[in-house]
Amino acid sequence: MSAPLLPALLGRFRWDALPFVRAWENPNANELIAAGAGALVVAGALFMVVLITRLGRWRWLWTEWLTSLDHKKIGIMYIVIALVMLARALIEANLMRLQQAVAIGNPGLVAPEHFAELFSTHGSIMIFFMAMPFLTGLINYLVPLQIGARDVAYPLLNAIGLWLTAAGAGLMMAPLVIGRFSTGGWSGYPPFTEIGFNPGVGPDYWIWAITLGSIASTLAGINIAVTIYKMRCPGMTLMRMPLFAWTSLCTAILMIFAMPPLTVATALLALDRYLDFHFFTNALGGNMMHYANLFWMFGHPEVYIVILPAFGIYSEVVSTFSSKELYGYNSLVIATMAIAVLSFTVWLHHFFTMGQSPSLNAVFGIATMAIGVPTGVKIYNWIWTMFRGEVRFTTPMCYALAFMMTFVLGGLTGIILAFPPLDYIVHNTLFLVAHFHNMLISGTLYGLLAAYTFWFPKAFGFRLDERWGKISCACWVIGFYLAFMPLYVLGAAGMARRTPAVMETAYRPWLYAAEVGALVLFCGFVALLVQLWVSLRNRAATRVFAGDPWDGRALEWSIAAPPPEYNFARLPQVDQRHWFFDAKRKGAPYAPPARYEDIQMPKNSAVAPIIGIASTAAGFALVWHMWWLAILGVLAVVATVITRSFARDTHRLIPASAVERMERTWLDAVARARPIPREMETTPANAGLAEVHP
Amino acid sequence: MTAGETKHPGLNLGSTDAQAHEAAGSALFGFWAFLMSDAVIFALLFATYGVMLPATAGGPTPASEYKIGPTFLETLVLLTSSLTYGLASIAMKHGAAQASIQTWLGLTLALGLLFLGLELHDFAGMIAHGATPMRSGFLSAFFALVPLHGLHVLAGSLWIVVMMAQLRIIGLDARVKINLLRLGLFWHFLDIIWIAIFSTVYLPGLIP
Repeated sequence: MSAPLLPALLGRFRWDALPFVRAWENPNANELIAAGAGALVVAGALFMVVLITRLGRWRWLWTEWLTSLDHKKIGIMYIVIALVMLARALIEANLMRLQQAVAIGNPGLVAPEHFAELFSTHGSIMIFFMAMPFLTGLINYLVPLQIGARDVAYPLLNAIGLWLTAAGAGLMMAPLVIGRFSTGGWSGYPPFTEIGFNPGVGPDYWIWAITLGSIASTLAGINIAVTIYKMRCPGMTLMRMPLFAWTSLCTAILMIFAMPPLTVATALLALDRYLDFHFFTNALGGNMMHYANLFWMFGHPEVYIVILPAFGIYSEVVSTFSSKELYGYNSLVIATMAIAVLSFTVWLHHFFTMGQSPSLNAVFGIATMAIGVPTGVKIYNWIWTMFRGEVRFTTPMCYALAFMMTFVLGGLTGIILAFPPLDYIVHNTLFLVAHFHNMLISGTLYGLLAAYTFWFPKAFGFRLDERWGKISCACWVIGFYLAFMPLYVLGAAGMARRTPAVMETAYRPWLYAAEVGALVLFCGFVALLVQLWVSLRNRAATRVFAGDPWDGRALEWSIAAPPPEYNFARLPQVDQRHWFFDAKRKGAPYAPPARYEDIQMPKNSAVAPIIGIASTAAGFALVWHMWWLAILGVLAVVATVITRSFARDTHRLIPASAVERMERTWLDAVARARPIPREMETTPANAGLAEVHP
Repeated sequence: MTAGETKHPGLNLGSTDAQAHEAAGSALFGFWAFLMSDAVIFALLFATYGVMLPATAGGPTPASEYKIGPTFLETLVLLTSSLTYGLASIAMKHGAAQASIQTWLGLTLALGLLFLGLELHDFAGMIAHGATPMRSGFLSAFFALVPLHGLHVLAGSLWIVVMMAQLRIIGLDARVKINLLRLGLFWHFLDIIWIAIFSTVYLPGLIP
């Protein structure tokens, strides 16, 4: 151990906090892997800086993106964060699978502590910095378009949420280069994460990254809920909203009510660690069970925060690619609401084995099974939507079909876990790991990727390559089954989760199969990158400027692709659920407004980036006990908010003439475009105008 | 429930300033949503307090630490500050002179700071005879819940200072009005939380 360096300035930083120094002093596989990961982060960051400088794009990046308050750009930036974090967490997943496959009867590649860091970051990232930003980004992008609004209710708050998410993601990446991450899993259970057992910086990184992420999600939830309640266009009653808007509303409500328990849990843990409080310690009246309750009061609704938007996505995708109205819209809305409410009543099933009475377990077991009912309703709704429809097996549809098969399977294993007596047998084994990956990969990830493929042409104006999309989809599906079906077997055979080394040689074939599966999943990600590259190169041939490549139903398809900053030149007046779809059948969906008007949009603002950078600094300083910087960071946030409250010149006008010019360009393109029948929708002929049969 | 049909319930600007009234609808609705999420935080801290109440670890107990006199005084001070804030809101709604709004805001601020002073005095007394948050789970829970309310009052006081400055510099434009309405919600919310603290933390704690 080297000595602390300038403790007043750098807190508890020592030279051996750097993985490079550790690898130099002790060059074994474990340290070299850590140093390699650190080097990858540094090299990646340097590469981006050099690339942007070489292209001379800093000013563009700052004015067009980083300071933008446009909900569409903020949505895209959320998704970029999610994809970067997905890449990292996927690499970690592969490393964990590799470790278990080689560490049969020997210690394997990485040390147990390092393995624990891997599963902790993998879980924390996939939930908080992959699934959450991805779905928040999609909601941000789509909801205002779907409800016929020009913006969200609070554009600046929206940007602040994005930047706080980025700050949290930054704190997740930092321990790759400076210090170590928590070894306490994504749920960070004390007393293990208390200072007595874990005096290092790891749990503190976890606490502040998660706290920033949960505050960001609370803000996002408020913004989305208010946008949906208050900003719908004339005639857009709640029961006329597309289903994705409904699931977004339920997710937003869950965020408002379910993120605070997480904030409280991490804040109390921080008080324990920093100020010697005794909430969850072993001694002096601490009560660890209270943490379990707080955490899962967040943790279970969280499952539905990440799954409900995907249900909305599947509803849009299945209906569009079956050319049929969604079957049982009302029942889907009711089922969504039922799930949102029930999600608060089942948290105890995450710790059936932690000592409460059997009757209490029974109550929560029954509640858990009850939540399967509305979910089952939805599956039938999607099947009936496809029934006798004109089903096309496009990439998003393939994801939706894979989801329906896989999700039902995961639901059945969920019913097994919902029985407390059965849960006693398989809890804390790989059976559980297989179950929740079964739900989250099919329920969330497939949905997010389906949405990415489905709405990409709307956001960027050209379609993604179908062939690579299908290859990617096949990898995600085959990889999932190869990687996780063996884990059901291993779990039932008693293999504990989070095991860094395996002593039972009979597990070998199953672990090998799972390792191959992890590789195939990684190929799925690579295929996504190839798809993006190929699609970018071919974009001239796949433009859909007219805006409606899939014969869509909701309002987002009624405008240009990519949409103009102001979304709608004239706010739509809807009189039914499928207003645009119906207008296409009646013949005049693209009528220009009688006269164009000036449109007021929010000005760019540096407030959100400043708050993001200051919170990153404050979080990092708290981790390393650099008190001066922590105080400075917090003061900078408060000062920025107060200064901003004095600003009055926060809007700018897009003159009617500019609106008219943009709209005319688009309307001319629509007039020139050839209407495309559904069987040609994935060919270059599709310029974004749908042929309709009245 | 489309735009225009629903208005912010409670003290709005109505016919006195129709334009700000319109904008206040969604601005204040969002603040209500924020307060709900803040209320969840307090609810969980109340639950934490309830769970940890027996965990005194042989140290100070509620009966040995709480005093009815100072807490009752604090209650009176804070409730009065809600009244003075209400009077500031009414002055703003009916277009009273800026000086009268400033006076009521200043009075609210003074009462808020007085409350904080009294509360800090209480805490200092507790800490002086060994009732620190490090002593037991019960005291940890107490010092998470009650000072968090105090921290909110501090934030509210800072907000009042900012609003008084904005009134002076900018005057009573729509955004200042809306922010004063938001601040009002916040301030009254803190009263409700305090009433819950007084009646579920202090009052039962005084029963030996």
